[in-house]
Amino acid sequence: MTVAVSDRLSRRQVAWRVAQDIAEGNYVNLGIGMPELVANYIPDGREIIFHSENGILGMGPEPGANEVDYDLINAGKKPITMLPGGAFFHHADSFGMIRGGHIDICVLGAFQISAKGDLANWSTGGPDSVPAVGGAMDLAVGARKVFVMTDHNTKKGDAKLVDECAFPLTGPGVVDTIYSDIAVVDVTEHGFVVREKVPGLSFDEVQGRTGATLGGADTCGDLVVPELD
Amino acid sequence: MIDKTVENLREAVSVIEDGAVVLISGFGESGNPTELAHALIDHGARDLTLVNNNAGNGHVGMAALLESGQVRKIICSFPRSTHSEVFDTMYREGRIELEVVPQGTLAERIRAAGAGIGGFYTRTTIGTPLAEGKERREYNGEEYVLEDPLHADIALVKADLADRWGNLTYRLAARNFGPIMCTAAKTTIVQARRVVPLGDIPPEQVMTPGIFVDRIVEVPNPGSERAMIHEGIRYKAGDSA
Repeated sequence: MTVAVSDRLSRRQVAWRVAQDIAEGNYVNLGIGMPELVANYIPDGREIIFHSENGILGMGPEPGANEVDYDLINAGKKPITMLPGGAFFHHADSFGMIRGGHIDICVLGAFQISAKGDLANWSTGGPDSVPAVGGAMDLAVGARKVFVMTDHNTKKGDAKLVDECAFPLTGPGVVDTIYSDIAVVDVTEHGFVVREKVPGLSFDEVQGRTGATLGGADTCGDLVVPELD
Repeated sequence: MIDKTVENLREAVSVIEDGAVVLISGFGESGNPTELAHALIDHGARDLTLVNNNAGNGHVGMAALLESGQVRKIICSFPRSTHSEVFDTMYREGRIELEVVPQGTLAERIRAAGAGIGGFYTRTTIGTPLAEGKERREYNGEEYVLEDPLHADIALVKADLADRWGNLTYRLAARNFGPIMCTAAKTTIVQARRVVPLGDIPPEQVMTPGIFVDRIVEVPNPGSERAMIHEGIRYKAGDSA
């Protein structure tokens, strides 16, 4: 059932790969958008508790059409359900959990990540953009581990993994691991180190699509995920 | 006899003065006191500063309040949304001032105000443009910035149950900013789905104790912001009564 993917993972496959690195018992916050997919791929039998910053622990799957209740939404304002054992709490408690180091992992999107682990994901700094930060800065400094889930390159082909972020930072030195469509890259004291890369690309090809020096040429493994719909 | 309930929405908001700082509960539409926002439009107080996580949706509730021209400034964490066209337009045209505050800092500034805390240090915003100009301090080798409490004149809050002493419960995740906002305003005005007799809310299930609440108005069937937007409803001044 597990097959080698040629040269690029789908978003669902990246979500699957992130999910494999979430351990039994972890408290996890999934960012809005692409990271929300991760919840679909937690391995069977692994109990994970999902946190939503509007004041929820124990988020369950999407509701059926008859169960939708707009007093019960996630951070992306989408309707959700609660698992048995779930809890509601107010916003100050919710961010106390985040800043206080009680959330094991948060999964965020990114515009850019630097080799020092700096994260830029809230503003492109453009004069026309309406600034909006939400909970990203609190999650970046507060979660024990920050996973970034992103395409390796922008639609124009620019590198998102860079030496220095050009966009305004969300947090400095906060990213632990990047899960892209072509590689899993750890941020270490020596900069980016490739843990896994898709078998269809050579290490040099991955390097060529990255804006900072990559370590791990001799040690990285294959990024192999199942076929997913 | 203590009785914090009032007859109608108009009376509930009658104490709001020009220039007030107004906390508005809710996260998206969950917990948003749409009917109190409409009553505030009809009441007419101007030069307001609103505090909410977002900046309103469609042309109802908080968005309608912005559109009425009564709001000078908004303090929020995430003004953008699929239906935030009223705010987006006013911001681009320079007709409203915006202060963007990280969500956790916003919540804690409100909590601090209600708890009598003079300010607090947080790591949130360190290394970002939002830390510029803020006082810094190091704890255990890490840098923190000083944030001030966010005091308000008024809180407009949506609750589920209330009693005449002001004890409140909230539905599901609609609790979000309600409990902390109730603590941080000089006058807290609540719209509750149902006002119940004293004692009907068991003490261990009270989510906001009545000490933080001043005025309660029963709104038995609060409108759904999403449904109103879907139907293309625009709030018309004068409809709140």
